[in-house]
Amino acid sequence: MSPQELQVQQKRALEAKQEQTLSARTFIPGADIFEAAHALSVVLEMPGVDKGNVDVSVEAGVLVVEGRVDFSKYEDMQPVYTEYNIGHYRRSFSLSNTIDQGAITAEMKDGVLTVTLPKAEAAKARRIEIG
Amino acid sequence: MYHPLDALFDLQKALEARLDSDWLRGATGGGGAYPPINVFQQGDSLIAILEVPGVNKEDLQIQAKDNAIRISGRKTIAYPDGVSVHRRERLSGNFDRTITVPMQIDTESIKAEYRDGVLALHIPRAESDKPRTIRID
Repeated sequence: MSPQELQVQQKRALEAKQEQTLSARTFIPGADIFEAAHALSVVLEMPGVDKGNVDVSVEAGVLVVEGRVDFSKYEDMQPVYTEYNIGHYRRSFSLSNTIDQGAITAEMKDGVLTVTLPKAEAAKARRIEIG
Repeated sequence: MYHPLDALFDLQKALEARLDSDWLRGATGGGGAYPPINVFQQGDSLIAILEVPGVNKEDLQIQAKDNAIRISGRKTIAYPDGVSVHRRERLSGNFDRTITVPMQIDTESIKAEYRDGVLALHIPRAESDKPRTIRID
């Protein structure tokens, strides 16, 4: 495979369903989703988010991922040239009931969050032997 | 009372206002526009902040010569064997970008810090380039 040139992906701002009382913009982290035999994995890019500032929750069958950036370090810095904006991240996914919601785990590395959603026993594909 | 989210909004507005300003005068090149970069001034120094989520520290190279700084590397995305991919929004590949700043810099003293997918370069202005106040005798 020949090496590919990386392209810039513009950050997408989250469109809230309700009116916001605060003006600051929240961004939608880019995501990959893949499925293995035993689990579904959601991989989200949230540059600038420390693992202590991530919330992963499941409520009423919806997986909600939130990441907060620490912008206090920007306090005494004057922007002279910018190409991207910064802000907190939020994205949600509806889960099917085939996920074992109590067994979800998450891991953060280099600004990338991997959420592993194990499948419930009943949802695992079964190989049918032909008798 | 000053709400911290107001502070974030103010920062977002300030970043927006400098979006693609001509400060770098198009002096960015070397093959591409990735990674995206923000440049700040802090005292006599410049701080360049680049977002490269998912890039290993070992896969990042930074070189400096005169007033040019080159940031290159590669981003790899690996899936475990035998999985089916439902959604793919993240991109992988190589990158190579050079920025030329409009001032003399002290290349020996550039500091790089990589954390949470964000690369911060602390670029001090060269002593010889700092403006001097001339006293009137």
